[in-house]
Amino acid sequence: MPFEVVGDAIPASLTAEKGDPARGRAIVVDRQKGLCLLCHSGPFPEQRFQGDIAPSLEGAGSRWSEGQLRLRLVDATRLNPDTSMPSYYKIDGLNRVAPAFRGKPILDAAQIEDVMAYLATLRDGPGAQEKP
Amino acid sequence: MRALWILPGCAMLLAVTSAHAEIAAHERKSGAEFMSPQTQAMQADDASNPGMLAVLDGEAAWNEKAGAANKACADCHGAAEQSMKGVSARYPAFNAATSQPIDVAGQVNQCRTGRQQAQPLRAESRELLALTTYIGLQSRGMSVAPPDDERLTPFRERGKALFNQRLGQLNFSCAHCHEDNWGRKLGSAPIPQAHANAYPIYRLEWQDVGSLQRRLRNCMSGVRAAPYSYGSIEFIELELFLAERARGMAVETPGVRP
Ligand code: HEC
Ligand code: HEC
Ligand code: HEC
Repeated sequence: MPFEVVGDAIPASLTAEKGDPARGRAIVVDRQKGLCLLCHSGPFPEQRFQGDIAPSLEGAGSRWSEGQLRLRLVDATRLNPDTSMPSYYKIDGLNRVAPAFRGKPILDAAQIEDVMAYLATLRDGPGAQEKP
Repeated sequence: MRALWILPGCAMLLAVTSAHAEIAAHERKSGAEFMSPQTQAMQADDASNPGMLAVLDGEAAWNEKAGAANKACADCHGAAEQSMKGVSARYPAFNAATSQPIDVAGQVNQCRTGRQQAQPLRAESRELLALTTYIGLQSRGMSVAPPDDERLTPFRERGKALFNQRLGQLNFSCAHCHEDNWGRKLGSAPIPQAHANAYPIYRLEWQDVGSLQRRLRNCMSGVRAAPYSYGSIEFIELELFLAERARGMAVETPGVRP
């Protein structure tokens, strides 16, 4: 699926259909699919184990536009080459991927859109006031 | 997947190796320090440390005649308390016969095949782990002391490069976790600094004793990478680098880990 990076964002959706925030939340908390809570915490009171390697996801939708969130998920190394955040929609340039995962991105285009749609709903928390 | 890159001057994406925060000597901590007090107590007390069962098996194997030569390790090496003291603290070492570095497990198998004329012991087999744990115990409390042998240098350098290289579908390097994020939590697990001073260990998750290479294979599978094979040169190179990184720390074998 081709996509276009403009500045620090991918403004256009990767899919024809709009992402679904409820499905997105389920992916975010899933330890096999999204893996987000290995590193991040966030507004997930039911999740006992949350990581502290990365900032809380709370308020992510206030701090970032949809396009910025999309690029962050697709390939965070474009924003910070040293980041530990996996590039969820990248299959090139990887090293020794285990056979079961070879040639597949961590999340497919529809899942990226679902997660992005969910993050866009996180409008409270730090930074919420910064944008009009 | 084709990307239309518009952002200028940003082609540098692949396999970025960059400066990681190397751990200063005064900040170094054994993996034991990240464990619960219960697990620490289990390691500290030989009567409750399950790794001591492997030590007992190792002592028996040490004295058992084997192979066409019908010789026991003890027939040539005598009491392990003397002859094996400090061996694990300085391995991997350079092996003149193969012109390659060798770790303790590799050396044990070299004696099995070359000196005892017996079949090599399988990686992670009960008997090989018993012998390496028994040999490891003879260095307990001593400082990790890799030899100053410049023939090892190119291998150790490659081990360092492997440590800093991104791996697997999740695209992490060892250093991302163990140098940039030690002490933080990965989900529920505290990330240790990755010092190899307690191996072989008894790991509660395995319900068994296992080698350093088994531990490293777990870390590699965790980032969805194809692990190196047991005994591969990549693992020996990583072991050399880890030993240098842990220089001066006390050997804890047999360690207990969660
Ligand atoms: C292995 C660790 C790791 C995982 C897994 C991870 N991230 Fe991140 N993430 C980071 C780090 C570290 C940052 C901080 C910025 C940087 O280093 O690029 C970050 C930054 C972010 C940001 C920007 C934070 C802000 O508001 O400033 C968002 C949004 C984000 N991640 C979303 C996600 C989502 C959604 C997932 C799961 C699909 C995820 N991350 C999985 C490590 C991770
Ligand atoms: C995603 C993060 C991550 C990556 C990447 C990673 N590890 Fe680990 N590693 C861990 C965690 C977490 C533990 C501790 C697990 C536990 O105690 O259950 C660990 C344990 C270890 C230990 C055992 C330390 C001890 O005290 O017994 C060593 C050695 C180690 N890792 C080396 C490596 C090497 C070498 C690599 C690269 C090939 C690597 N790790 C990649 C997270 C990681
Ligand atoms: C026939 C005699 C003989 C037998 C039997 C033997 N070894 Fe050895 N071993 C040697 C010699 C000689 C060396 C010196 C290095 C070399 O060239 O292999 C050695 C070296 C070693 C070393 C490295 C010591 C160091 O200081 O670097 C270890 C470890 C070792 N043997 C373990 C064992 C074990 C375990 C057994 C039994 C399974 C065993 N050996 C059986 C003769 C023997």
